[in-house]
Amino acid sequence: MASIGKIARRTFLFGAVAVAGGAAFGAWYVTRPAANPLDPENGALNPFVVINADGITLIAPRAEMGQGTQTTWAALIAEELDVTLDQVRIEHGPPAQAYYNGALMAEGLPHKGYDASAFQHSLGEAMGVMGKVFSMQVTGGSTAMKDGFERMRVAGAGAREMLKAAASARLGVPVGDLTTAEGAVTAPDGTVIPYTDLAADAVQQDTGKIRLRDPSDWTILGKPQNRFDIPGKSTGTAQFGIDTRLPGMRFAAVRLSPTRAGIKSYDAFEAARMPGVDKIVEIPGGLAAIASNTWLAMKAVESVPVEWQTDAAYPATTDLMFEALETAFDAEPDSTLRSTGETAPENPHIEVEYRVPFLAHATMEPMNATAWFDGTKLRIWCGNQGPTFLRDACADAAGIDAENVEVNVTLMGGGFGRRGEFDYAVIATHVAKAVPGTPVNVVWSREEDMTHDYYRPPAIARMRGMVENGLPTHFDAAVSSPSISAQALDRWMGFAPSGPDKGIVDGIYNQPYGIPNYHVRGHKAEIAPPLGFWRSVGASYNGYFHECFMDELAHEAGADPLEMRLKLTRDEWLPAFYCLEAVRDMSGWTGQTPEGTGRGLAMVYSFGTPVAVVIEVQDVDGAVRLTGAWMAADPGIALDPSIVEAQLTGGLAYGLSAAIGEEITFADGKVEQLNYPDYEPLRMSQMPPVEVRILENQDRVNGIGEPGTPPAAPALANALFDLTGQRVRELPLKKAFTFYS
Amino acid sequence: MATSLTVNGQTHDVDLPDDVPLLWVLRDALNLTGTKYGCGVASCGACTVQIDGEAVRSCQVALADVWGEVTTIEGLGTPDTLHRLQQAWIDHQVAQCGYCQSGQIMQAASLLAENPAPSDDDIDAAMSGNICRCGTYPRIRAAIKSVTEGA
Repeated sequence: MASIGKIARRTFLFGAVAVAGGAAFGAWYVTRPAANPLDPENGALNPFVVINADGITLIAPRAEMGQGTQTTWAALIAEELDVTLDQVRIEHGPPAQAYYNGALMAEGLPHKGYDASAFQHSLGEAMGVMGKVFSMQVTGGSTAMKDGFERMRVAGAGAREMLKAAASARLGVPVGDLTTAEGAVTAPDGTVIPYTDLAADAVQQDTGKIRLRDPSDWTILGKPQNRFDIPGKSTGTAQFGIDTRLPGMRFAAVRLSPTRAGIKSYDAFEAARMPGVDKIVEIPGGLAAIASNTWLAMKAVESVPVEWQTDAAYPATTDLMFEALETAFDAEPDSTLRSTGETAPENPHIEVEYRVPFLAHATMEPMNATAWFDGTKLRIWCGNQGPTFLRDACADAAGIDAENVEVNVTLMGGGFGRRGEFDYAVIATHVAKAVPGTPVNVVWSREEDMTHDYYRPPAIARMRGMVENGLPTHFDAAVSSPSISAQALDRWMGFAPSGPDKGIVDGIYNQPYGIPNYHVRGHKAEIAPPLGFWRSVGASYNGYFHECFMDELAHEAGADPLEMRLKLTRDEWLPAFYCLEAVRDMSGWTGQTPEGTGRGLAMVYSFGTPVAVVIEVQDVDGAVRLTGAWMAADPGIALDPSIVEAQLTGGLAYGLSAAIGEEITFADGKVEQLNYPDYEPLRMSQMPPVEVRILENQDRVNGIGEPGTPPAAPALANALFDLTGQRVRELPLKKAFTFYS
Repeated sequence: MATSLTVNGQTHDVDLPDDVPLLWVLRDALNLTGTKYGCGVASCGACTVQIDGEAVRSCQVALADVWGEVTTIEGLGTPDTLHRLQQAWIDHQVAQCGYCQSGQIMQAASLLAENPAPSDDDIDAAMSGNICRCGTYPRIRAAIKSVTEGA
């Protein structure tokens, strides 16, 4: 494996140069099919289709955190398998190399995305096989549908052909004369054999040659499906990780070092005698109480007198961390991923600075995991976006081999990137080790969750621009932020790639505007507070920087912000142009707004998908109320329009929530926000009605879980400028405006 | 000392200290896990249940203080006998992660019991104590409106 690591280290973020070596090496290794983690004896036709006497089960090994990924993943299989979604059970399956994410690593390539050539797409596919080498089973980067689009239809078609071959052998009828529908094979004489009767024979068959159906023949894909998880989520019967209940199970609560520096001393004598408490245990970085009830455990662990280590491994205050971001501008850029024409001259028309704060994920379901360790085998139940990495980390914590760890991936009450980490499962493993043979449901209080997140980093952008004849001539941006990838990938895989971090400038270097002088530099701030991937990652702040600055350029140029963007996208990339046209028509954009009303526009291309948004605000007795939102997005192929609409609307809400009210700050190395009253998410009264239009002018399937988020903040900030004339260059906006609630 | 409690029409004797919040009695002692823990400070609404038909935050009601019959999401309706709001939630495909939806539905049921024909602003006002991080608010509004009087 040493050579794999070496190649990957060199190629991971920027594969363009070295990928040939990686691919050549990989040729024999990665083309071998990954082992089927399921048992063919039990009807597993391939790693994704299991048919036996119990029925038809489709494996959707991507984490369901609300984005509907499992329903659409199953729909891809079902479309070719010829089953209806109400005929099948959908399961996540075990962690396994066969379930690698083939699209995620291609995201590391440095081209802008929208301009990628066919060659670059195939390069991306070559990078994708590295995901398999690393058993990179990850739900993230808005990649599930890109990754599954062909592979899952092939899995469905392959299983269908195996079933037909089995029917052919049984009936003595040529395969070509058999038809399939609704989970059964039909022979010319009208004989119908259900798949469940054929599966035992089918596992012995070959798939034959597979040709995927033309989209015009699709009966499931492209149409809204009822999500399989919604009845359970509407009746309180859906099981989230926190709902895991096992025989003899105990409940635990944790208290972790506020600065993550560890524990100096503590006295658990009284806490251990509190009602219902079994014991107080020390775990790496803190304490846990094990009890008969979660609340009793929380009370007990909170009551322990503790002296913490205080020396945080990062600057102690938010101000010091912003100083480190400022200092990073003085160093050579970490990346220069857009460099067209001249840089902006001295004393440009506009020279401004933007800032965004740390953000928490604040998933509705606080972090938790259930662990059961019997001394040799460890079983884990939790929601998770990367189960292969989680399995390995828990095995290390338990001191056992990975094959003795069983990971059960549950539904999760929100992920947004937080569930790509596995700290909660490692902590649960340590707690379970203290009570061998007893399963323990380890739940974090909201306060522990909020103060021990892996945060969206702060960022500063220094923007310089010139305009002429109603158009921008120079767009010059420098962005400073710490690297998320450097620490997150190190946690996942034990090493971090060196070299430039595209994430720092994603969403600003790759926007589809034809500006003649266009420069984007990334600066890596050398601080390492706990950072993680947060819905849309770099685009979450860069979309704000880019699109507010575009608004400033438009006003400087005396141009309508929408007309200006139409001119700049028309010859650069039409899918973005069409999205802009769509929101113009949907919102009835005139460029004029009456007194007391403001409208703002933003368009951000991220994860392969352009999204244009118009937000309308009104002054209601001195408070700002969001009264309308119009969105147009082009993910290429809308595999399920209802889920796509929900993801765009939800992504917008997540972005608005952060833009209006969210901020994490540090003092003495500790996070100062503890709970929702200090970290106020968007509420229903603040949510505007949203009208969504889905366009399909791209050839390939692109992301949808994240692209709705980046345009939210700039569209709102631009609307506030239109309403008030005040240009606010710092988030959250509630610091400058009073919002209706 | 055991405390007697009626939940979804069934009486339970619960052997927990008096100050344990109803939320944790339901979840950990009675295995009614449809009621969710979100914040513990009545700020998110995920733990909403009804006591004698009134929506309350179960994280703030101590076991000893439960003053009436408790209804949880499991008692409002079941997968086989759905409450009309649960049916509306399914018809409108409201849930994303789904974690907050038990609380949302219990709050909405209480709203409709008091006000069978709420205006848009009535709905926003009644529901704004219930946070949804996935941003399902537009579909929640649509689902509630679909079962209001005159809809």
